[in-house]
Amino acid sequence: MLEKIWDRHRILERDDGQVLLFIDCHLVHDGTAPAFAALRQRKLAPRAPERIFAMPDHYVPTDHRDVAAIPDAEHRGMVEALTRNAAGHGITLFGLEDRRQGIVHVVGPEEGLSQPGLLIVCADSHTSTHGALGALAFGVGMTETTHVLATQTLWQRRPRTMRITLDGVLAEGVGAKDVALAIIARIGTAGATGHVVEYAGEAIRGLSMEARLTLCNMSIEAGARAGMVAPDETTYAYLAGRPYAPKGVAWDTALAEWRRLPSDPGAVFDREIAIDAASIEPMVTWGTSPEDAAPIGGQVPDPAAVEDPERRAALERALAYMGLEPGARLDGIPVDRVFIGSCTNGRIEDLRAAAAVLRGRRVAPGVRGWVVPGSGLVRAQAEAEGLHDVFTGAGFQWRQAGCSMCLGTNGEIAAPGERCASTSNRNFMGRQGPGARTHLMGPAMAAAAAVAGHLTDLRRFGAA
Amino acid sequence: MEAFSRLEAVAAPMARANVDTDQITPARFLHKPRSDNHGDYLFHDIRRGADGRQDPDFVLNRPAYAAARILVADRNFACGSSRETAVWALYDHGFRATIAPSFGDIFFANSLKNGLLPVVLPGEVVTGLLAHLQAEPGARVAVDLEAQVVTLPDGSRHPFEVDPFSRHCLLNGLDELDYTAALAPEIDAFMSRYGRHNR
Repeated sequence: MLEKIWDRHRILERDDGQVLLFIDCHLVHDGTAPAFAALRQRKLAPRAPERIFAMPDHYVPTDHRDVAAIPDAEHRGMVEALTRNAAGHGITLFGLEDRRQGIVHVVGPEEGLSQPGLLIVCADSHTSTHGALGALAFGVGMTETTHVLATQTLWQRRPRTMRITLDGVLAEGVGAKDVALAIIARIGTAGATGHVVEYAGEAIRGLSMEARLTLCNMSIEAGARAGMVAPDETTYAYLAGRPYAPKGVAWDTALAEWRRLPSDPGAVFDREIAIDAASIEPMVTWGTSPEDAAPIGGQVPDPAAVEDPERRAALERALAYMGLEPGARLDGIPVDRVFIGSCTNGRIEDLRAAAAVLRGRRVAPGVRGWVVPGSGLVRAQAEAEGLHDVFTGAGFQWRQAGCSMCLGTNGEIAAPGERCASTSNRNFMGRQGPGARTHLMGPAMAAAAAVAGHLTDLRRFGAA
Repeated sequence: MEAFSRLEAVAAPMARANVDTDQITPARFLHKPRSDNHGDYLFHDIRRGADGRQDPDFVLNRPAYAAARILVADRNFACGSSRETAVWALYDHGFRATIAPSFGDIFFANSLKNGLLPVVLPGEVVTGLLAHLQAEPGARVAVDLEAQVVTLPDGSRHPFEVDPFSRHCLLNGLDELDYTAALAPEIDAFMSRYGRHNR
């Protein structure tokens, strides 16, 4: 599948094997200002503004929608710069006042911008998300973003391929986030470096589109630049009728093309990994890397049991930062904050899963819970279903769309030492604020932690 | 981009695996413009103690490594996000080369486009080098891009791979965008053939 998409976007190949690729769709957010500044410096304009879609997400507040009221002048400046750059270059903008605004990786699929066979880039590592629709999508740096703006192309060397096959059926209460964390725990945070991962197998076919988005989103946490799922009827059903999806005759033509995308039966991958889907349990992280993940029934590992001195020292550092004792049961680690949202788990199915646990329940005393929908449309849908009442009734704050506490670029962070059950993608040191402690998990698990006041097994709540 | 051909300098050991981009530059500095000195943000939180004061034991705070222009790290250095500020911070601090057994993919690509040469050496070589640099603070390492060889303090020489085009750009201080801009006719031809396809 990678090869088919690659070949279709090849403009030319250099002697050294690097290929100049055409970019179908370039998503830009409010952190992209330096690339526009570099473009201006060179007196250049975007080569194909009709293929660029802009929305602020990193620096927007999630307690209101008024750009002028963003207290931090530098943050406000980032949002204003995006508005200005979009207007100045004729780029479509989903601004803060637009219901379609949200996190780029939620909005792209939601609007039907992300489609099978497309090559999509964005100055954000979680661009891997869009591969769930059978696109080749990866994150780029600021210099590469400038290059894409100026030329609508990018130089790349063909990555190696890895297929991760999940046969069997997922157990009750196990979702895409658990699958992602189980994979990363197994292959490591550098396990797929240099590779594009294609997820395959019965359990993947059985995942909803949104679950596939969660899975592909986390590919970068295994080191892969991109993750992909072959398009199928689930993909087509998801795309049909979306604003930017093809319509009428164009739909039929596109569909015929999409059906030819999946890897051929005899396709050879550079690496193959097989995982028994039924063996995966609800997962949480205990350390400061996404690979530090374990089933909720497990324990905090003991550095004394690690032979390699470098690994032992790393484990000791992680536990010291996280304030955890070796051998402590994961089920029972108390939490102060619960964050449900992000490009990983901020979609409507995620909110439904969390609400199913919270319905008729309350967050434990002392726990502060936030729900930050991934987009304005996710928020509207949740409200149409009454989910916001479930969240607020349970004591959660029901907020506006943005990246928020996933990385706290907008100032929404946890305090030093605060422990957060989070549906985001990274538990790095300081990720949610200096000294903040992050435990990654799926949305139902985060909701369960909010109610219990500590990490716990959502299956106890009988609402998976 | 500043040209890079050969560098002989003090190397600082960062003897940790999986140093992620959030450790290199915390997210609250991501919006800072390129004109800032991003060296001020480098390892901002991990080079300070809980009280916010510089930790004298952190490698970059030790006088012996003050002049370091080469950073040696353990495997999977700079994994995580696409933030180019991670490269800017290392560069503005004075680093011109990094050596590790492996790197995060996006950081690796970003480095090459900013005059910061990432060098992959075998794990056992890096392990030995890290130990040497810790035992002998201030030891020097030479990175020769022309010859594609690293010379360690013990005199041993280790070849490394680098993409030929990136090497060419680094040696001559060229920007990739200038090169691609000259290919506008080919890009235009592709786009008219491709049409409004998928848009």
